[in-house]
Parts: sequence; C-alpha cells; structure tokens
Amino acid sequence: MPAVSKGDGMRGLAVFISDIRNCKSKEAEIKRINKELANIRSKFKGDKALDGYSKKKYVCKLLFIFLLGHDIDFGHMEAVNLLSSNKYTEKQIGYLFISVLVNSNSDLIRLINNGIKNDLASRNPTFMNLALHCIANVGSREMAEAFASEIPRVLVAGDTMDSVKQSAALCLLRLNRTSPDLVPMGEWTTRVVHLLNDQHLGVVTAATSLITTLAQKNPDDFKTSVSLAVARLSRIVTSASIDLQDYTYYFVAAPWLSVKLLRLLQCYPPPEDAALRSRLTECLETILNKAQEPPKSKKVQHSNAKNAVLFEAIALIIHHDSEPTLLVRACNQLGQFLQHRETNLRYLALESMCTLASSEFSHEAVKTHMETVINALKVSLAQFGSRDVSVRQRAVDLLYAMCDRSNAKQIVAEMLSYLETADYSIREEIVLKVAILAEKYAVDYTWYVDTILNLIRIAGDYVSEEVWYRVIQIVINRDDVQGYAAKTVFEALQAPACHENLVKVGGYILGEFGNLIAGDSRSSPLVQFNLLHSKFHLCSVPTRALLLSAYIKFINLFPEVKATIQDVLRSDSQLRNADVELQQRAVEYLRLSCIASTDILATVLEEMPPFPERESSILAKLKKKKGPGKLPDMDDSRRSVNGSTDSTHSFTDVLNLNPAPSSGANLLIDVFSESSAPAAATDVSEENFPRFVCKNNGVIYENQLLQIGLKSEYRQNLGRMYVFYGNKTSTQFLSFSSSVSSSDLNVHSKAVDPVIEGGAQMQQILNIECVSDFSDAPVLNIQFRYGGALQNIAVKLPVMLNKFFQPTEMMSQDFFQRWKQLGAPQQEVQKIFKAKHPMDTEVAKAKILGFGVALLDGVDPNPANFVGAGVVHTKTTQVGCLLRLEPNMQAQMYRLTLRTSRDSVSQRLCELLSEQF
Amino acid sequence: MLGTTGKTRLAKWYMQFDDDEKQKLIEEVHAVVTVRDAKHTNFVEFRNFKIIYRRYAGLYFCICVDVTDNNLAYLEGIHNFVEVLNEYFHNVCELDLVFNFYKVYTVVDEMFLAGEIRETSQTKVLKQLLMLQSLE
Repeated sequence: MPAVSKGDGMRGLAVFISDIRNCKSKEAEIKRINKELANIRSKFKGDKALDGYSKKKYVCKLLFIFLLGHDIDFGHMEAVNLLSSNKYTEKQIGYLFISVLVNSNSDLIRLINNGIKNDLASRNPTFMNLALHCIANVGSREMAEAFASEIPRVLVAGDTMDSVKQSAALCLLRLNRTSPDLVPMGEWTTRVVHLLNDQHLGVVTAATSLITTLAQKNPDDFKTSVSLAVARLSRIVTSASIDLQDYTYYFVAAPWLSVKLLRLLQCYPPPEDAALRSRLTECLETILNKAQEPPKSKKVQHSNAKNAVLFEAIALIIHHDSEPTLLVRACNQLGQFLQHRETNLRYLALESMCTLASSEFSHEAVKTHMETVINALKVSLAQFGSRDVSVRQRAVDLLYAMCDRSNAKQIVAEMLSYLETADYSIREEIVLKVAILAEKYAVDYTWYVDTILNLIRIAGDYVSEEVWYRVIQIVINRDDVQGYAAKTVFEALQAPACHENLVKVGGYILGEFGNLIAGDSRSSPLVQFNLLHSKFHLCSVPTRALLLSAYIKFINLFPEVKATIQDVLRSDSQLRNADVELQQRAVEYLRLSCIASTDILATVLEEMPPFPERESSILAKLKKKKGPGKLPDMDDSRRSVNGSTDSTHSFTDVLNLNPAPSSGANLLIDVFSESSAPAAATDVSEENFPRFVCKNNGVIYENQLLQIGLKSEYRQNLGRMYVFYGNKTSTQFLSFSSSVSSSDLNVHSKAVDPVIEGGAQMQQILNIECVSDFSDAPVLNIQFRYGGALQNIAVKLPVMLNKFFQPTEMMSQDFFQRWKQLGAPQQEVQKIFKAKHPMDTEVAKAKILGFGVALLDGVDPNPANFVGAGVVHTKTTQVGCLLRLEPNMQAQMYRLTLRTSRDSVSQRLCELLSEQF
Repeated sequence: MLGTTGKTRLAKWYMQFDDDEKQKLIEEVHAVVTVRDAKHTNFVEFRNFKIIYRRYAGLYFCICVDVTDNNLAYLEGIHNFVEVLNEYFHNVCELDLVFNFYKVYTVVDEMFLAGEIRETSQTKVLKQLLMLQSLE
C-alpha cells in the first residue's frame, strides 16, 4: 500500500480500500460495503455534528463505493455541505462527488449552484477552478442557465489568473456544446480572439479550442482569429526548441497547440491577404521541411509529436486544396510514410492520402503515386500477413478513392487479386467496391461482365444479392454486351464446381439471351439446358425457382427443347416437390407450355424490358455498411454511369428483379420476383391507417430502416399512445426526433433520445386529448440521420373519433325511443356499400366492438342485423350515437345507418366504419 | 483507464450517458482494445468515433475522440498524462491510482477539461499539483 504510507490522505479511507481489496469473494465485498454504509449512515444521522475532515472522509468512501458499481442513495447533502468549506481538500471531495454522482434533475441543484456561485466570486483562483471544473464536467442545462453569462466575464476580465482563464475557456466550450442557446455571444467574443496573443501558452491552447468550436458555428464572427492564429503558429514553428521551455515536448515546440491552431485554420478558406497567405505557406513549408531533418531524438514520443503536427499541416493543405507545390510535397511525404516500418504511420498516411485523393485539385498529384500505393499495399500484405486489418482496410479505401477511368483496370485487378487472400472481415466490402468501380469505370462492358464473374468465382459467398442483381440489370439494359455475357456465363458454368450465385446469374442470362449463342453447336439449346440443369440439384430453393423460370423462358426461345423441358417439369420431383413455390412454378409453367399458343407464349415470356436507371443499389449498400462519413465524397461528386441519384431514396430502391409488367394481363408477373416490391414513397404514409379503426395495436409503418409499432389505450376523451420505433438496421440512427402535428387534438409527446442503436427499439409516449369532434388525424413527423442521409418520414396516426367512444348498454325499448328522438334528417347518415371482405357474422361483431360501441343483442327484430350504441367523449361535449348495420348476403351488400345528435359526427363515424366491411 | 482484467481504474465522461450505457460502453471499449497486440495501430474505430489507446503494463489508457481528431496528438496526450502521473506519484503503479483515485481526477482535470486538452506543460501541471497538495 504505497499511498497510505505517504500519510497525506485519509487513513480511514485507505484502510477501507485495503479491506475491500482483501475481500476474497463478491459476497464478502458486499458485506464489507454494507457494514461501511451502515456506519456512515449512523455518523451522518448522529447527534454529534461531524467535523469537515470526517465528512470529507465519509463522502469520499461513498464515492469509492459508487465507483465500485454500487448504488448510493444518501450523502448528497453532506457532499453539498463540503462545498461551503474553506478548506481546499474538503471542497475538492465535495465537487468530485457532485461531478460524478449528482444528476442534473436533483433537487440539490439550487444548493450546488449556490456553492459554485460563491466560489466563482471568491477571487481565490483555486476555488474558482474547482467551481469551473465542476460546471465543465457536469455541463447540465441548469448550470448553463445559471452561469453561461457569468463565465465569459471571468474569461476576459483583466485580473483573472491564467489558470482560471484556461478553465473558463473550456467551461464555456462545454456549455456551448450542451446548451448553445444559452451562451450569449457578444462583446466578449472579440476579446476571446485576442487570447490567441496571450503570453501563457496554456491559455492560448484552451482559447484555441474554444474559438475553433465557436468558429465552426459562426465562422464570420471569428474571422479575425485567422491572422492571429497564423502569427502564433509562425512564432512556434520558427522558434528554437528551447524558446518555449515548458511547452517543448521531446524537442518539439508546442505540438498540441500547433495542432490546434492548424485545426482552427481549417475552419476557413485560404487567407485572401497575400502577406498573410505567404506567411502561412512558409509555416507549412517549414513543417514539411522539418519532417526531412534527421530526428533530434530516437524516442517514439519525438517522432509522434512531430508527425502529429505534420499530419495536421497536411490536413490543412488538403483542406485549402489550392497550392500545387504544397500538395505535391504533402503527397510525397505521405508516400514516404506508406513505406514506413511503423504501423501507425502507414495507417495514418493511407487515411490522409485517401482524403487527398478525393479532393478535386490534387487528384492528379496523388495519381502519380499510384505505384507507391500499390507497392505499399503489396508490401504490407506480404510483410504483415494477418496483422492489422485496419491498415489493409485503409489501403483498399485509398485505392478506391484514387480510382478513375485511366487506372480503373489496374486497380480493380489489384483488388481482385488481393481479395483471394483478404481477411474475411473486409471481403464483402471489397466485393462491393470492386463491383462499383467496375461499373463506374466500365468503358467496355465485356470487362465489367468479366470482373463481376471473377468476383463471384473468387468470393462467391461475399457477393450479395445487390451485386448479382446489378450485373443482370446492366446486361439487360445494354444490348451490346448481351451476347458476350451469355457466352461468358456459359463458359463459366462449365467449371465442375461453381458458386450458386453464378448459377443464378447464368440461369437468368441464358434464359433471356441464350438464343444469342445458340447458333454455335457447342452451346446449342440442348447443351445450354443440360448444363443449367446439371447444377439444379445442388442449388437452394430460391435458385431452383429461378432456374425453373429460366426453363420456361427456354421453351419460348427454343421450341426444339420444349419436350425435354416439359419432361423435367412433369417429373415427380418437380410436380410433387415439397416446396410450395417450386411445385407451383412447375405446375403453372408446365400448364402454360401445354395450353398457350406460340404467340401467347411469346408475349408472356417476352424479353425483360430495360430497367429504369437509378442509383446503384450496391453503392447504397456500401454507404450503409460504412456508416456516416466513411466514404469519400467522390461517390456523389464524380458519379457518371448512373446519372441522377437521391440518396434518401436509395435504400428503398434496392433493385428488385420485378419491373412493372410490360404487357397487359400477364399471369407470370412474379416470374423473377426475388425481393419485395419497393415501398411507394408518399408524403404522409396512411397505408395502414384504416387497419387501426377497429383495433389499437399493431404496426403502423414499416420501411427498410424503420418499423413503427403502436399500442394505445383510451378512456373517455383522453388517450395514451405508446409508439415503438424499431431500428431494423445494424447502424445507429442519429439526431432522431419526432413530433406530432394535429389541427384538432391536443397531443403532447414526450421527448425521445436522439440515438437509436442498431437493432434496438425506442418507445415514445403520446398523450392525446380530444377537444371536440374532429375528422383530421394527427400526423407523426420523424426525422433522423442514417448513414449520413437525412430521413424524413410522416405517418398519419390512427387517432379517430371513434377511439373516444364509451360503449352504452341499453334495452330494446330505450334504443328505439332514442332512435326516434334522433330522427331529424341531418342527424342520420346512411350508406349502402358492397362488401369488400367475406361476410362473416363473428368478424363483423368483433369489428363493431373494436369500433368502440356496445353491441346490443336482441334489439333488432332481424337477428342478422347488428345494432350498437355508444357515447363519444370530447372535452367540450358528449355525443350519443346509435348505429345499425344490415347485411344482405345475397347481394353481398351492407346498409349502415348512424344517428347521432351532431351531423358532423354521424358523417365521420359512417365514413370510418363503412370502410371496414 | 482500464485494467487488463477488465477493472476500470478511472472513467471520465464528456457527454451525457446514463449509468447502464456507461457500463456498456466500458465493456465494449475493453473488448475492442484488449484483443489488439503490439503490431497493431494504437487506433480503433468505435461506433461513430475512434479510440486512441496505449498500454502501460497492465493498464490501458483509452481516449475516445471524433474520427477527424488528430490521432498522434491524443496518443502523445496520453503519454504526457502518464509522465505527469509518474512524476506526481514517484514511479506510479496501479495501486497508487486505486488508493488515490480522488487525486487522479484532479490530475485529469488539470490536463483535460470538457474533453479538450487544457494544459500540456508538465512543469506547469506538476507545480499546480504540488501547490494543491500543500493546501489543507
């Protein structure tokens, strides 16, 4: 126990910690803790007032217990009391306890703020710092409200000590992050900028962080910081290493401050003022020069500190993207690092070069280094085998970013050959990238087809549906490549063992374009068919289904093999297949081939029409995989092949092989359906709305990302709805927000967490009040970021007038009496309509009950009719309602009659209920 | 600061999380970092952030930062911090950090505040810590 012997601390605490450490089991630990808690509780409750030291000791013990992972439900008051002590050590423990343990909604917040206020006003720099650190650590809204206007004063006051300025600057930064609306801008901002000139480099460091944060939001207000930052940077980089004494770290002058200044400059474009600009260029050149000097120390700390500055300087050069000489030098420097023996440096160089490659101006400069990059990729592969995947991942990222028309073939070839040995964890991503590059830079599509077939050959398991869908889409859309594609897949299928994905592509392409190679006797129709069919038995059900569709297409293309194929379809293994889908296809295709005339067959089995051009679903998948900010911008700025894109729609746009049928009544429209139809994107989704008229729970909305489920309960004029947001993806939803807009109802929604983890569900509670009768349902507006794209969804919430029904039981006599009372013509609404669903008595009863009224038995003389009664509760009034539903089985019609005291209510209820039958 | 066995020696949070989330995050960080060896980089992608870490004997010092932040600056920020601890506790060992946990928080606050670097000069930090040490 080294620390105990130092004798500066609390002996009791040290003993307690030792005891805990000596506990042999979890149980023993809990026992010891409970004993201690009981002891502390009795001390706190005891009659004798505790002195400051004891209080500090016990509070510190409680803190230790909390940090071990146990709940603490007392001691907060004692901790707050410590704040008013005039001893540093007692205050410090009080503040520490509060920063770690007191949450923002505590009732103690007023007392805490009072303690902080006193310390801020104390003019004692140590106490002021404790108070500022506490605000910076907690960063709650209450603290922002109390101190956001005070701290700028402390920061810029002439007599504030340097160390307090440092804390005040970062404290303000924290409040600006958590509650930006509460931090007032104003006169102090100019004075903060001048802190960049401060003598004390610690103050400059803290101030630079603050200014950078503020400048990111309001660049114009802090423009003057550019010249000051350049001047400061220039003084640092040109200083001899001993000039800055305290701030020299392993012979590097103020590395952290240099990095911060360079980051601040990245908030702005290159300076317009020529002198300033050349001074900055000099700085950057100096930093680049230093990288070439022999190291002043062999310690890794020296090279890391130096390179931290160098990488930030390169980041600024790339950000400015305007000085060709600097860009080329940066690129050369990174090229050197690519060969470096240190993994960190190779990794960072690859990452940095990746951004360099995606910038417009410098793209050419980077390209000249392609040899270096490919070498680096090979070197790191050869040298490190399965070592750090992330380095190789970066290398692949870089190759992807560097790719253009001139080098695409080479890069794709490199990536393909790398793929053979690549780590499993990044194979799928490489496959996607190769597929995208091959498509984007395909000059002749034969190369594209070869590349994708190679992908399937090398890494078939990692070729997702999107990839093989895409190759089919492209082949169908380009007649110049169809013959080649047919020939190539035919050859590829010759291999004794080929991946199932190849069979899928082969089946589809030969089914569409097999005729283009049928002239060659080596690939005659029968040979093609036998080749495909030889794979059939090894394939999974979906592939077999696809092959069956290819066979029926063959019957149309090649009448000469019709009999052979019919035999196959007719075999027991097809017609009696245990799988319903296969059996159905076999039966239907066989029947179709027997009864349809050649003309009909030709129409039904016509070649697929071209697919509409749209964003590659592969790209969407890659974006999804990589998450926000990981994919170079080039995908958006330099996309060429697929024209217009809209990333917000891309996810619902996964290519399905199910285009709208080209000709009329086509009984085989689902021939190639492999994925579900894309959800129609409407402004406000109300697709599922009618389903909720007679029930309260279920899924109201679903797309590929999000599922929204509802549970609701109503009582008189009030309702509560639980909305469940399910993230269907494996990636976080960020900046999630939802609000309800309603013209007629009072809807109060509780705030939700802005993040929904992948696969997680979040609940939101809506409280609803019905004020008066209404017809427009509220709309739930949802917004979130997914993979960098902002998603907007609006869903009509199923809150209808009938939800506020209270059922009313009544006798036959009462019913008819009231029925007569409501006899005025405008009070009755009647509708006669055709049944949309099978007319089932039990189902109808359930629906009427679900609608909210009481179902009255024995009221109507005709037992087949349904009669119901209920009262609609609104805040302002109650509306009694009687209804009668008369089914006519022969005609498959219903007559619905509603009588209420209000015509608008009758009207609305009739609309709602009549849609349900 | 995470021990190899999974004990957390110190955690500082610069964003709001509830206790359960904190525990989950710590476990995740531990899982991500401890599987890596000396040949690996000192950087790991983590959720939408990245972790910069360095191992000293049985302790991992980890900082979670934005993906655009300067890796090497934070890596040396960790080392700078460790050198200060070493100086302050005279050859620091893990036990010092256990018994003096409340002082370690002070060291952190002197050097890092609001998730930013506050003071980088070892001389200045140590001078301040010794001054505080002398106070009652």
